[in-house]
Amino acid sequence: MSTETHETSQRISGEPIPFAVEMRHITKTWPGIVADDDVSLQVRKGEILALVGENGAGKSTLMNILYGLLRPDSGEIFINGKHVQLHGPRDAIALGIGMVHQHFMLIPVLSVSENIVLGLEPVRPGDLYDDAAAAKAIRELSERYGLNIDPHARTGDLPVGLQQRVEILKVLYRGADILILDEPTAVLTPQETNDLFKVLRGLLQQGKTIIFITHKLREVLEISDSITVLRRGRVVGHLITKDTNEEEIARSMVGREVVLRVEKKPATPGPVALGVDDLTVKSERGLPAVRNLSFELHAGEILGIAGVEGNGQSELVEAVAGMRPAASGHIYLNGRDITALGARNVRDAGIAHIPEDRRSSGLILNYSIKDNTIFGRQRSGGFSWRSIVLRLAAILEWARRIISDFDVRPPQPDVPVRTLSGGNQQKVIIGRELLSQPTVLLASQPTRGVDIGAIEFIHSQLVAHRDAGAAILLVSAELEEIRSLSDRIAVMYEGRIVSFEPANAPEERLGLLMAGGGRQQEHLSA
Amino acid sequence: MNFLLTVLGLLVTGGFWQVAIQETALLLLPALGGVISERSGVVNIAMEGMMLAGAFAAVVCDLAWHNPWLAALAAILAGGFMALIHAVISIRFRADQIISGIAINIFAAGMTVFLLDKIYGVEGIGHVPPNFLLPTLNIPGLNQIPLLGQALFQQNIVVYIAIIVLILTNVVLFRTRLGLRLRAVGEHPQAADTAGINVYALRYGAVITSGLLSGLAGAFLSIGIVNTFVPNMTGGRGYIALAAMIFGKWTPLGATLACLIFGVGTAIYDSNSTLHFSPYLLNMLPYVLTIAVLAGLVGKSVPPAADGIPYEPGSH
Repeated sequence: MSTETHETSQRISGEPIPFAVEMRHITKTWPGIVADDDVSLQVRKGEILALVGENGAGKSTLMNILYGLLRPDSGEIFINGKHVQLHGPRDAIALGIGMVHQHFMLIPVLSVSENIVLGLEPVRPGDLYDDAAAAKAIRELSERYGLNIDPHARTGDLPVGLQQRVEILKVLYRGADILILDEPTAVLTPQETNDLFKVLRGLLQQGKTIIFITHKLREVLEISDSITVLRRGRVVGHLITKDTNEEEIARSMVGREVVLRVEKKPATPGPVALGVDDLTVKSERGLPAVRNLSFELHAGEILGIAGVEGNGQSELVEAVAGMRPAASGHIYLNGRDITALGARNVRDAGIAHIPEDRRSSGLILNYSIKDNTIFGRQRSGGFSWRSIVLRLAAILEWARRIISDFDVRPPQPDVPVRTLSGGNQQKVIIGRELLSQPTVLLASQPTRGVDIGAIEFIHSQLVAHRDAGAAILLVSAELEEIRSLSDRIAVMYEGRIVSFEPANAPEERLGLLMAGGGRQQEHLSA
Repeated sequence: MNFLLTVLGLLVTGGFWQVAIQETALLLLPALGGVISERSGVVNIAMEGMMLAGAFAAVVCDLAWHNPWLAALAAILAGGFMALIHAVISIRFRADQIISGIAINIFAAGMTVFLLDKIYGVEGIGHVPPNFLLPTLNIPGLNQIPLLGQALFQQNIVVYIAIIVLILTNVVLFRTRLGLRLRAVGEHPQAADTAGINVYALRYGAVITSGLLSGLAGAFLSIGIVNTFVPNMTGGRGYIALAAMIFGKWTPLGATLACLIFGVGTAIYDSNSTLHFSPYLLNMLPYVLTIAVLAGLVGKSVPPAADGIPYEPGSH
């Protein structure tokens, strides 16, 4: 690491305090892609900068450069006014930069204290790891910053919110004054997010500087002092938080007006497409996850399933999709009993499925976009000869259609889907499922981890297919999404539908029902 | 009934335990090497080849220099060199570590036979004179303890070294900074890297260490237990060590227990031919036990999370 004193422009212009972080003209290219193109940003000491942009805009790449994990092709970095060269995280750590990664950098089998001190361990003579000293140092840190944690707990046993606390302590233990947090709230519940924000405000009071990567607009407005917006690798705006609003940030991120509300006409429901009758489904552990559940879904209607995650929504969708056996009860598609058909036949019968976890059950990540667009339909006559030999030309044409209709980027049928951003991966799945003209679409968390431009697009596609007569069962953890898309809302709690609500039901009422309130009959039978 | 009595008789014989401990030490060195390598995240199934290279180098050098210490050193380096190949292939070039390991085992088997023929031709390699073998060390006093004395204190010097290596491995792995970092690298190299730990250096060190230990075991076999080299003389011991590592759940003490079980089995076979104990059946035992462990019959055995996964900076 070489550092040289460099007068920053702020000093020249007479301002006494240099920026805590200043990145100038950073460019980083990957083969075929420019991740960051001449990006500059500044953060004042004691401030929170929100770095926003859609997936693939170059936020994480930029921060990995600041943390020394990646080397820029060109550009300069100044820390507290000093020009620095970063050859690895060690250099960044030495300069007081710490990073909390989106995917936690924690080792589940090690204790909390081992994880925190890793790389800077206290030792006794003979290289012996000094566990007592580590625990003591962590208790002191915990007290100073109000972050309670048991140093001897096994890290993998902690809930996600506490694991993130361990990550923050890890950074503070290294004496970081500049904290980079890469989408810290993506994995947190609303309550945990509030706790995190309290912690961050405390850190600011202690003089820390924070860079916060996110694409959740509400959080940007709540926590940040200033905002730098990236779009496709370029800085498209520096905003002052108190002078801006959600619409302006969204417009800046996406590059056009974004409709944050879903535009849709009233539904014109047709006959019943999907009937679920007295269905019981068991969970992985053999306990009933769905209990004697019944509902009817009409053609041309979106039925939203609201509920706190883990109340049987996943099992319900898997059972309808034929991926999980029903313990009892029946599922009907256009009046035909499909309860025991199995996933392949259910799909052939006309049920499409957007699974909740695209990486594990929606896509084969190492396969190309093209191959992923025919999964589940590879045996059909259009794509193969007698289910044996693939019709490559037809598959390519189909993939090209999905890519153009659903704006998948990059528009190259042969690239592995692993290299796509989350939003584009999701578009591949949604294109595949919607273009097959299903009678019923099961949409599980269709916009999870997807950026706002893509969310708007996915929502409009779902509504368009509803208008074309598809019956859509929408499951989402985002109450906002349920309320804006659904024509009717069913609230699930502990495996049962506790209430059917109209689309305009107040948020408070839905929240109460989701938490198990207002279900007198259930209490009697329980 | 007769069988049981015979076995019980053996178990109270000093000579029996002497053989059992000797065989245990022979397996333990490569098994500990495997533990160290895999704890760092590099799968190592090449202990067999590394041992064989060591055994060959030891005999060649001992015959040339008439110095068992230099010969043992040569064996250690030969094992280390084979490990270096495995390290470069799996760490630098991020190749499949199983394939690299198999390649090294086949390479070692072929290369030693080729060199044997090239160097010694039809005359054969010959035997190392007894006074140039790795010596047996009698610990005065302690070796007079009944049963234990013969088992533990009348052993080849390498057995004592193996015990020291065992203690060191256990302490280093679980009590030192180095061990904490090594385990971190084997569990989650990205996390270790972001904490400022040099993933590559630790992995190279661990893999090469496994080669050094396997090479020493090779010397122990060819110029300690016997006095010559014959093609493929390790006879699958490297694989048995691998099985012991898995059976021992990637811990030094667990691997030791496994080696002891296999060592006792070998000693039973070696010591008394009246038992009609099929050697083939015996050779199967480690693998049967390994399958039992892998199938979860003897509790859960979880390898290090990043075992066998090459590390690429900037990947998740």
